[in-house]
Amino acid sequence: MGGEASKAISKEILWGGGQSPFSVSYGKMMMWYFLVSDALTFGGLLTAYGFVRASSTDAWPIGEQVFRALPGLEGEYPLIYVALMTFILIVSSVTMVLAVEAGHRNNKSGVVRWLGLTIVGGFFFLGSQAWEWSHFIHGSGGSFLLAENVTVQSADGQTHELTKGDAVYMDHHFGHLAEPWLEGASNISLVENADGVKLIEVGEHSHEAALHGLTLNKYVENESQVEGAEALKLWNARSESFAFGANMHDNEYAIQQAYANFFFFITGFHGFHVFSGVVINIIIFIMAIKGVFERRKHYEMVEKVGLYWHFVDLVWVFVFTFFYLV
Amino acid sequence: MERDDLIVNDSYALNAHHSEEAGAKIRRNIWKVTGILTILTTVEVLMGIYFKRSETFTWSMIKWTFIVLTLVKAAYIVLVFMHLGDERSNLKKVILAPYMLFIGYLLFIAITEGFGHFGLSNSFH
Repeated sequence: MGGEASKAISKEILWGGGQSPFSVSYGKMMMWYFLVSDALTFGGLLTAYGFVRASSTDAWPIGEQVFRALPGLEGEYPLIYVALMTFILIVSSVTMVLAVEAGHRNNKSGVVRWLGLTIVGGFFFLGSQAWEWSHFIHGSGGSFLLAENVTVQSADGQTHELTKGDAVYMDHHFGHLAEPWLEGASNISLVENADGVKLIEVGEHSHEAALHGLTLNKYVENESQVEGAEALKLWNARSESFAFGANMHDNEYAIQQAYANFFFFITGFHGFHVFSGVVINIIIFIMAIKGVFERRKHYEMVEKVGLYWHFVDLVWVFVFTFFYLV
Repeated sequence: MERDDLIVNDSYALNAHHSEEAGAKIRRNIWKVTGILTILTTVEVLMGIYFKRSETFTWSMIKWTFIVLTLVKAAYIVLVFMHLGDERSNLKKVILAPYMLFIGYLLFIAITEGFGHFGLSNSFH
């Protein structure tokens, strides 16, 4: 870089009128001012998240326990997927800064190539976020709250004194049938006998799921598995409060609905920024191809849109830290 | 007022141009920063997976490490990718100073009040 901003100009001349005291064009300065105000919005949201979390008396879910799935794979991969999303966004930020650099050399083909790759990166990120939302909304098994105090022993021999209102987590197969059963699906029935508890679905694809075990503290520290007769004790102490995945009213991840609401609002608001960034990038991409900037003899518009795109990356860096890591 | 970004002889936009040699140097710097950002993110993810949350001093140190690493990443993005480091220092201050002041204040007050609230709801159970 360099340009006007790197020239030594005395204060008197800079502030003497007739030119920008910051040595930037009007449009670029206004983009910076917009970004400062937008950053305050995100700062406010993350601060509100911190406030609610710090004042919460119930355990708050842990990022690496909630977000540990990868598309198409069984098993647990804590944080890998979000790390991938972060990497995609950083890479698309790099391609954007390379487009800006090409613009400073009036290199049209360079701008078009790097801007195109930036748009591809943006779509990849949006797709990843859509998958993550879908996974968050569908959940993995669901939970129910206890109607009374129960003391159980987990498979590792530990004794847990659970109180009324504590959450217990079902496995993926059992929860999958439990949800329609609770909604009153007529083809699903609950069978309780000496062998244990089973949900049986009859019909086109009939199958059944047994209550093999239940999980305690699934999304917070010290997760543990409860099996057999001990699991039955928990099942029999269940209340009417079941939650499957997350929506605007309840969620299986936390006792507090604020957790799911903050997830939806903060990542959703950020996703909306990414979406509008992609749209603006596409407009600039088409303008670059049509030679609008070539006729203008400078690619400052790419730089201004680039500022917005980097800002989106910047916000994600903070969302990643405060929502997933800390 | 005429929009200066549409004027063909816009001195600010035109003066920002650089030569091929300068471009090569700038691109080297971009890739260097990319490497740094990738390494920092990898370190954060590995720490996130490896260390379990607890009420210990170690965990609070890890938390602060996350926050410091995040601020380092943010500084690289703002100063290099967004070129704020190359702007005149008065613009830098106009952008950064009010934000840091306000967010620092807001964070302090909200988190302090949050823990206060936590203490209240615990003692009035």
